[in-house]
Amino acid sequence: MFEFEKVTFENKPRESWEFKPIAKELRKDVIKSLALAGSGHSGGSLGTADLFAVLFFGGIMRYDPQNPKWEQRDRFVLSAGHICPILYATLARAGFFPVEELKTLRKLGSRLQGHPALDVGLPGIETAAGSLGQGISIAVGMALSDKYLDKNDRRVFALTGDGELQEGSTWEAAMAAGNYKLDNLCWIVDNNDCQIDGRVRDVMSIYPIEKKFEAFNFEVLTIDGHNYSEIYDSFKKFIQNHEQKIGRPTVIIAKTKMGYPISFMFDKYEWHGIPPTEEQALIALKELE
Amino acid sequence: MNEFKLLGKKATRYGFGEALVELGEKYPNVVVLGADVTGSVLTSFFKEKFPDRFFSIGIAEQNATTIAVGMALSGKIPFFATYSVFSAFRNADQLRISVCYNNANVKIGGGHSGITVGPDGATHQSLEELSLLRTLPNMKLVVPCDYLETKKATLAVAEFYGPAFVRFGRAPVPYFTTEETPFKIGKAEIFRQGKDIAIIACGIMVWQSLLAADELWKRRGISAMVINSHTLKPIDVETIVEAARTCGAVVTAEEHQVHGGLGGAVAEVLAKNYPVPIEFVGVPDRFGESGEPEELLEKFGLTWKEIYSSALKAIDRRDNKPQSNHVYRNVEDIAPISQDLI
Repeated sequence: MFEFEKVTFENKPRESWEFKPIAKELRKDVIKSLALAGSGHSGGSLGTADLFAVLFFGGIMRYDPQNPKWEQRDRFVLSAGHICPILYATLARAGFFPVEELKTLRKLGSRLQGHPALDVGLPGIETAAGSLGQGISIAVGMALSDKYLDKNDRRVFALTGDGELQEGSTWEAAMAAGNYKLDNLCWIVDNNDCQIDGRVRDVMSIYPIEKKFEAFNFEVLTIDGHNYSEIYDSFKKFIQNHEQKIGRPTVIIAKTKMGYPISFMFDKYEWHGIPPTEEQALIALKELE
Repeated sequence: MNEFKLLGKKATRYGFGEALVELGEKYPNVVVLGADVTGSVLTSFFKEKFPDRFFSIGIAEQNATTIAVGMALSGKIPFFATYSVFSAFRNADQLRISVCYNNANVKIGGGHSGITVGPDGATHQSLEELSLLRTLPNMKLVVPCDYLETKKATLAVAEFYGPAFVRFGRAPVPYFTTEETPFKIGKAEIFRQGKDIAIIACGIMVWQSLLAADELWKRRGISAMVINSHTLKPIDVETIVEAARTCGAVVTAEEHQVHGGLGGAVAEVLAKNYPVPIEFVGVPDRFGESGEPEELLEKFGLTWKEIYSSALKAIDRRDNKPQSNHVYRNVEDIAPISQDLI
């Protein structure tokens, strides 16, 4: 029904305009793999594609798809495990595993589990995730280990949703990250203000997000999560923070729109946890072109 | 006759705390995480010796458990310990997904376990965690019988890759094993040979089982086998089945709810492999309460006396004898034994 292009992308410093075709390819992968799966989470996967495009293909993260366990690699922890279709697409396009495998999302025997898993051995996956709030604490543990035990220059990137911030343990993670001055930790919040039941502010407000993180000793960067130069600059700022050892973790509050830029999904929380039908997928793919 | 002699009383938590220091010396990648009660679960020994490898996470057990996973995924061997009610229940979801589903090399210490935590009362008396932990894939679950065995168990769990939980307690309890007593994760040890009834116990109930075996022999001429089944997961199927074959009747004893713990594990093994009558000694599906450890053990039926009477009952069931003629608890032939043995 859907075929996947064979192209992979290099991870290197780029001009802002170069990210658009990459993000487009990632979004196409998300739509196709979800339509083939018949279940899964479209909204956040599409809404974060620009963040993934810059993080993995803009020379920000240091990784080697030929050597996924490379000991000096930076690590990416997807705490919001349900948006794994975008992570799988990204890893495939980075060359961690064959792009063809995106067809197997959520299928019996697949390495592309409905939520990320370690025991299936998919290269590039750093931890299982799915119960919200846990991944960010794991990222804190990794950053602690890097900064205080191995004393290396590795970085840990972690992405949570905004509804995820309703989980109390995320604030335990924030407390520990601030307390331990984890300037090697970059926490990305996908702030689309959508969750399964509605607007985040209606289900249980987490606002103001910035002040909360500031209170936990974070450097807070609020950006338009669909503006490549803002995304790029914020990651660069984090790297600078780390190099200058500012003694504070960095959080990037990325203002995004669920389902971006697909017209019928755009900013609609109803698209949190459903896939497009074949027909909808074809429309969405056409809109992307 | 028991080959074990009472050597004294010592809280099992000392075994845990001392072992961590030994591990710290042996392995530079052993790290310890604390959640505020380090002086209670004696991770304080490690903290004093290796301050650079000790991380205080505060009263945040969910976070501590998952931070430990992040460290394990970075090649460390993290030990996280607090009271069992917090290190098995407060963080249960973290144990399930981040620790066990990841098969992360995280070791959990469950301190202040069981009814013997005493005056703190029901909120702090963990009597359910063995049941929960036993159902988690990849988890290894150890309930050592005394101070020295707790030390051996703690040292042993560092030697394999993967999640493990070691249970220990606050109150001074009998210690009787020696350096020569065999200990291997996953291997139940026959602490006393017998042929009429098999008593399978873990934790502090192992000593009570040895006392019960003595009394059964002295008062009734009944030869009781006593098995220290310190590892609940993986359970030692072979030893348990062999004991059931030899004796034809079984009593289990644990400082835990009668449901889902060691008794449940033994029942699963025997129902599948060699069904025999089983009697279960444990806390009868209720919460604890405040009191001194000895008072609580007596009140909640966690002494040699309940093991003794349960053994008689299991034997009667095996032999198809009517049981209604027996009063199995507080019968006259159970004279009090010296308090310092309990």
